Amino acid sequence: MNHNWKLVAATAAVLLTAVACGSSSGGDKTAGSSGFKAPDVPMAKKLGTKEGAVSILAWPGYAEDGTNDPKTDWVTPFEQATGCQATVKYFGTSDEAVSLIKTGDYDVVSASGDATLRLIAGGDVAPVNTDLLTHYADIRSFLKDKPYNSVDGQMYGMPQGWGANLLTYNPDVVKPAPTSWASVFDANSPYKGKITPYDSPIYIADAALYLMNTNPDLGIKNPYALDKHQLDMAVNVLKTQRGEVSEYWSDYLKQQQAFESGDSVIGTSWQFIVNLIDADKKPIKAILPDEGSTGWSDTWMISSKSKHPNCAYAWLDYIGGPDGNAASAYYFGEAPANTKACDVIATTDKDASFCDTFHAGDEAYAKKLWYWTTPVSACLDGRTNVKCTTYADWTQAWTAIKG
Amino acid sequence: MSTRSGPSPARTGLLLLPPLLWLGVAYLGALGALFLAAFWTTNEFTGDLVKVFTLDNFRSLLDQPVYRTITARTLGVAVLVTLVDAALALPVAFFMAKVARPGLQRLLVIAVLMPLWASYLVKAYAWRGMLSKSGPLEWLGISPGYGLTGLVITLAYLWLPYMILPVYAGLQKLPGSLLEASADLGAPALTTFRRVVLPSVFPAFVAGSIFTFSLTMGDYIAVKIVGGPTQMLGNVVADNYGVANNLPFAAAYSVVPVLVMLGYLGVVRRTGALENL
Repeated sequence: MNHNWKLVAATAAVLLTAVACGSSSGGDKTAGSSGFKAPDVPMAKKLGTKEGAVSILAWPGYAEDGTNDPKTDWVTPFEQATGCQATVKYFGTSDEAVSLIKTGDYDVVSASGDATLRLIAGGDVAPVNTDLLTHYADIRSFLKDKPYNSVDGQMYGMPQGWGANLLTYNPDVVKPAPTSWASVFDANSPYKGKITPYDSPIYIADAALYLMNTNPDLGIKNPYALDKHQLDMAVNVLKTQRGEVSEYWSDYLKQQQAFESGDSVIGTSWQFIVNLIDADKKPIKAILPDEGSTGWSDTWMISSKSKHPNCAYAWLDYIGGPDGNAASAYYFGEAPANTKACDVIATTDKDASFCDTFHAGDEAYAKKLWYWTTPVSACLDGRTNVKCTTYADWTQAWTAIKG
Repeated sequence: MSTRSGPSPARTGLLLLPPLLWLGVAYLGALGALFLAAFWTTNEFTGDLVKVFTLDNFRSLLDQPVYRTITARTLGVAVLVTLVDAALALPVAFFMAKVARPGLQRLLVIAVLMPLWASYLVKAYAWRGMLSKSGPLEWLGISPGYGLTGLVITLAYLWLPYMILPVYAGLQKLPGSLLEASADLGAPALTTFRRVVLPSVFPAFVAGSIFTFSLTMGDYIAVKIVGGPTQMLGNVVADNYGVANNLPFAAAYSVVPVLVMLGYLGVVRRTGALENL
């Protein structure tokens, strides 16, 4: 265990430097100057014969093999092209992904930013040799070498895509239209009992972002770097909100239904849920407020215990390539990482406006987002005079908020 | 001692071995492992288990008022659901056992059992529809919406058969002649009910309450579906295990319902109701 603590300290060190250079906005590689020692996991130098099998751990909707809908299948073409038989396991939360990959039963995992560094620090994933990925060159540059998917300029995976948590509301009920997250944190909201926040400790960052804009005296510079006092203030905001909540959601189908029935009229949501509601011809609108938002950015990573590394590389190249990336991002409803995916979606899915809806090429839009990141005790905003609260603290706080 | 030779002790032992193994290893073993895990902790960053003895989990359970609130709420809901079910089960079971003709009786038993054939989830989601702002209850103007009230209604609905059946069985055992004797001696219906029926079916109620109480104590799925922002004990356990990856704390909190149920069963045993199961 002692070993792990060293890793934590080391990771903390790199986070300090990396994030000081801008965790959500900077695309620079200055992390290289830090003394971070990621665990020594060997990286593939060249590709060999494919093993004939690959075991995939993914967010729901990222690896459809036709089981859910015969028409939705981009895993079978991969199997036919590479001869790698794929088995797919879906997970529900970042934490579940972290514990599943530790079993060593999986070759690849689609990890969000609140899981990636934990996986790297734990030695659970291997550095990825991007020279072996033919489609890596087509990945949008603002998704490469980010603090959440690389260490010292060494990439740890293939970017999949990203999306924002959107301020979503029912335009028939919510009038005038909201322009800021303040409308979900208002103590005297006219929509009391109909507000729906996301059910995860990571949602505390949304309250912190709100405080960052409304209460600058608190000195919050990064919603994932909160000291004890700042966390308490964010918790207070959320405890006030608790009285106005219809329900906390983590199951997207339930949120869709709550918006459609009118049980929820305003809250946090994702673009593809909005599209589902829209498809049902129910009133719904979603905006990214000017002050920005939290969001996610996912990266496909390869397990350090992978038994099928060559098929794992083949999968990364396929899912990050134009066809695989287009199919998965289109089905899930997020901005695809591959620049060529938009054309594929426009021709194959006959949806030319898709990438505009998701602002896929819009770097300015992407910069407004604070991607999910695991809060750690070494402050992510570079402060060294205080200890920041950790994800464990956030989890306990989240229980207390819901009461 | 019988003169006939029974099965040899060795054979009896061999026959009993699989169930004993099941009970000892799979059942008690899992509980034991859970209890052991409650004294560990996790690495805050990588989420690895840290197998070093600590009482921190139990300390935060005691120190932080939120866990007491949640435990109290869970107990309150469990008691309330049990009372609602008892109140609903009595007239239904009495009608089935004492009033209905045999044919109707069989039909009613089937009717009571019928909801058990449908999936728990389907029934919980059905109530999500019922309680919705656009649901039938709202249309009648009496919807409490998602929250504690809706939760108690839903759980009371879900567990009602588990209360009706033992009470029905208890009432069937009650000889009709006792009711007649009471009436012959001049007792009005209410007195007969209070002094003859209730005492004899009380153990059946207690037996039913074991189901309604313990099932409510452990429920967390219905809470997610109709409970709105409400948290119960099961949700905290599930969130700590599934969301926070904090098995040790989840294990520590799971010890609470185990203790509550052990205490409850201890009380129940003294009423002799366990013989009615």
